[in-house]
Amino acid sequence: MSQQPDLIQLKKLASQIRRDIVRMVHACQSGHPGGSLGCADYFVALYFHFMKHNTKFNMDGRGEDLFFLSNGHISPVFYATLARAGYFSVKELSTFRFIDSRLQGHPTTHEHLPGVRVASGSLGQGLSVAVGAAQTKKLNNDDRFVYVLMGDGEQQEGQIWEAAMYAAHNKMDNIIATIDVNGQQIDGPVSKILSLDLKAKWQAFGWTVQEFNGNVMEDVIAGIAKAQSLAKQGKPVMNLMKTEMGAGVDYMMGSHKWHGVAPNDEELKKALMQLEETIGDY
Amino acid sequence: MKYTFSEKKDTRSGFGVGLHELGKKNPDVVALCADLTGSLKMDAFKKDFPERFFQVGIAEANMMGLAAGMTIGGKIPFTGTFANFSTGRVYDQIRQSIAYSDKNVKICASHAGLTLGEDGATHQILEDIGMMKMLPGMTVIVPCDYNQTRLATIALGDHHGPAYLRFGRPSWPIFTAADRPFTIGKADKMIEGKDVTIFACGHLVWHAIEAEAKLAEKGISVELINIHTIKPLDVEAILASVEKTRCVVTCEEHQINGGLGDSVAQVLSRFRPTPLEMVAVNDSFGESGTPTQLLKKYGLGPENIIQAVEKVLKRK
Repeated sequence: MSQQPDLIQLKKLASQIRRDIVRMVHACQSGHPGGSLGCADYFVALYFHFMKHNTKFNMDGRGEDLFFLSNGHISPVFYATLARAGYFSVKELSTFRFIDSRLQGHPTTHEHLPGVRVASGSLGQGLSVAVGAAQTKKLNNDDRFVYVLMGDGEQQEGQIWEAAMYAAHNKMDNIIATIDVNGQQIDGPVSKILSLDLKAKWQAFGWTVQEFNGNVMEDVIAGIAKAQSLAKQGKPVMNLMKTEMGAGVDYMMGSHKWHGVAPNDEELKKALMQLEETIGDY
Repeated sequence: MKYTFSEKKDTRSGFGVGLHELGKKNPDVVALCADLTGSLKMDAFKKDFPERFFQVGIAEANMMGLAAGMTIGGKIPFTGTFANFSTGRVYDQIRQSIAYSDKNVKICASHAGLTLGEDGATHQILEDIGMMKMLPGMTVIVPCDYNQTRLATIALGDHHGPAYLRFGRPSWPIFTAADRPFTIGKADKMIEGKDVTIFACGHLVWHAIEAEAKLAEKGISVELINIHTIKPLDVEAILASVEKTRCVVTCEEHQINGGLGDSVAQVLSRFRPTPLEMVAVNDSFGESGTPTQLLKKYGLGPENIIQAVEKVLKRK
């Protein structure tokens, strides 16, 4: 991307999307605010700066950059980003997790929500799907990128390592994967549950690995730009993106407790006081 | 006998030939295989269309995800591995990334059932039809011989949506004509009769033909219908035949739970309660042996079909 990022606008979007996330989860009293808040800056950078994409959604996405969300439980940030980007009306965010909504608890193509290309929620499957899409891009001589986001707890799923082997062996250098390294999973810190040295492991699997901070917009922009420059060189690229679960809401940070818990009325107020309404609530 | 054969071939070879023909016809057809290219008879496709053949290694879960992703951008992926590794091993991948995601993936599965033979029960999956037919939107096809497997494979090239194609390993009589009409979802009436209807699929269609010849000698008129598509089921054809014969035997190389018989029973009990006997594996795993020995030991031989017919006739 040659264009200079409009950092002020991107930060405004990130703040608004964080408000959207907290309000969506509060309204239905369920869902996953922690990881969603932690990844808001990444989603904004991708969809509002880096990706070439068409909000008049077409499943095949020829000539477009594609994004896949493997850790589907952070659907609030995905939906809020898609709506703010123009894939569907922001008003529809109010239907999240309610009956008859296209905004299911976990993302799906089944309700024909524009912007979603595969269902996710059962963990460990998104990287395979993304690598498949990247394979078809190569067959179609389509030089755009395929992005995919996974969780760090999700790295415990075996299928990821099958996909990792395949992508490196087959030189899938049009794929830019990212792991949200927030160090938390449902039952506690990843380090206490089941962990390994992600950097060494992904390097051993033959990927180009880099790290950046996922909660400082300037760092996210620099990190994804660097990933693009590392791609197309015969190896898939992995970003280890360090984030804070619950980033932007002080009482949600530093713990796994807000992985899948909704704030109550008072907690919502407290959260919204910390997140500026920049573009207008839905 | 109304059907005879001069040649035997494995149904998986019908798949291999059909896939190769599809490859020639449609440049969007791609094939993925999990280290069983020879067993799945995918060599010809691999040789002539190397840029569209993807060796994924012994990593079936990834293969299903790759196939789902490859549909994005217009490809039509055909995955190839044994039936056990095409279903049970990867059920959640198929459920979420393919079926629920409405992806146009064709899951092609060889070595299904007891007739896999000597490798034994670890590989002899007898639950796959049930698992696949339960998935919303999944088409399930179980062709009966080499020619029909070839035709079913070719038909899948123009079919849209997730599909499961089940075939097998053993050399088996080729008793249908190479140009016999094949339509997904349309039952194939092979023999017209009036006393009893046999609904069969896969290898057991041949056993039903053998049984029919012996029953005809006893003066029993059998109507034989090949239900090659278990889902969507041709309910109309089933009810029309039963209206005439008023009793039914189902035959399949699958568990008695969850297979063709189970689908037919559901239709009959809902729309036209009718005496029914099922020739299928009775809630058991298989074992090592030759295909013929195994089919006999587990009650799937022509003699078992004859016994079932005689039993159901008494219940009419």
